[in-house]
Amino acid sequence: MVSTNTELAYNSKIEGEVIVSRADAVINWIRTNSMWPMPMGLACCAIELMGVGASRFDIARFGAEVMRFSPRQADCMIVAGTVTYKMASAVRRIYDQMSGPKWVIAMGACASSGGMYRSYATLQGVDRIVPVDVYVSGCPPRPEALLDALMKLQDKVKRERSAKNLLSA
Amino acid sequence: MSATVDVTTALREKFPQATLRDSLDHPAVNLPAADVPAALRFLRDERGFDLLADLTAVDWAEGASPRFTVVYHLFSTAGHEYLRVAADCVSDLEPAMPSVTALWAGADWHERECYDMFGIRFEGHPDLRRILMWEGYPYHPLRKEFPLAGIETPLPDAEVAAATGTKVIAAPMAGGPFVASPGEINLTEAEPRAKDESWNERHEKPEA
Ligand code: SF4
Repeated sequence: MVSTNTELAYNSKIEGEVIVSRADAVINWIRTNSMWPMPMGLACCAIELMGVGASRFDIARFGAEVMRFSPRQADCMIVAGTVTYKMASAVRRIYDQMSGPKWVIAMGACASSGGMYRSYATLQGVDRIVPVDVYVSGCPPRPEALLDALMKLQDKVKRERSAKNLLSA
Repeated sequence: MSATVDVTTALREKFPQATLRDSLDHPAVNLPAADVPAALRFLRDERGFDLLADLTAVDWAEGASPRFTVVYHLFSTAGHEYLRVAADCVSDLEPAMPSVTALWAGADWHERECYDMFGIRFEGHPDLRRILMWEGYPYHPLRKEFPLAGIETPLPDAEVAAATGTKVIAAPMAGGPFVASPGEINLTEAEPRAKDESWNERHEKPEA
């Protein structure tokens, strides 16, 4: 049967102020569109991270402009820079302090793999101490690449079984 | 501060033990370790070398004697001249050098770095701790016998090490360090890359 309703938007008069959806869809919709980053700026990549936050690239378009310097308020740690072994413990502890759900973006060659620092002082990839969701290649990555990583992460979050995870937690 | 007598001559008049050191740029002298504080005080107070521009060391490799040489770069902000002073550590196994933190407060961190990287103890230093590597790290990385890739050791933080199961590992060199090819070839071919790319973390280095 063809509906006579030609409205594209939600109309409370017609829908009777009821929306039918899935809990996962609602929770993930909320999570994806306000992902507050924890800027773990450790080296040169942090400069590009600042560029992403500024007006030209404007990460606010993706709801992730609220850089939180307290891990308690952040959802997504962006590891931007070289992680030394001495700093590794601090990175891990800050990750532990973030409240779940939490995600990690390894930004740049250094954070992903140690980069060009094949040396005694550098952790060979931040995935050795925290679980990484998205890796960004580049040295440093272009700001667009970080935005792309954020969109990839949002896609990933949209596919999560959030309601089930919440209930089983 | 008078430029009438040049600084190396004046220094050698006062400290006959000092000898001229070969140098391609600035005047340079060798000194016995024991004379370092007195000679540097003379240079600072009488010759105007008021800035300690750098303090570092050279490791002449295992087996060499003297093995460690501490090098001071002094600058005179009034006379606009540099002077290099080098002093060999007496012991090759437990190298030590008198501290000059009493002369320049800035020597503090330089000496800590030098201790961290070479294991040279600066006697009289107020707080000789490691500055770059963490407390308890068992090696001195700029010594000649220490490999660039590092040596397997536990992580500095035992709790994090237990939670993650991670260690400080020898970094996979994968044929590095990365070198650019010299000469007039095009940039794509000249760009820095590992000399031997046939092995990495997953593919073991083939036996020669
Ligand atoms: S990946 Fe490159 S730009 Fe980024 S921190 Fe490492 S060296 Fe710096």
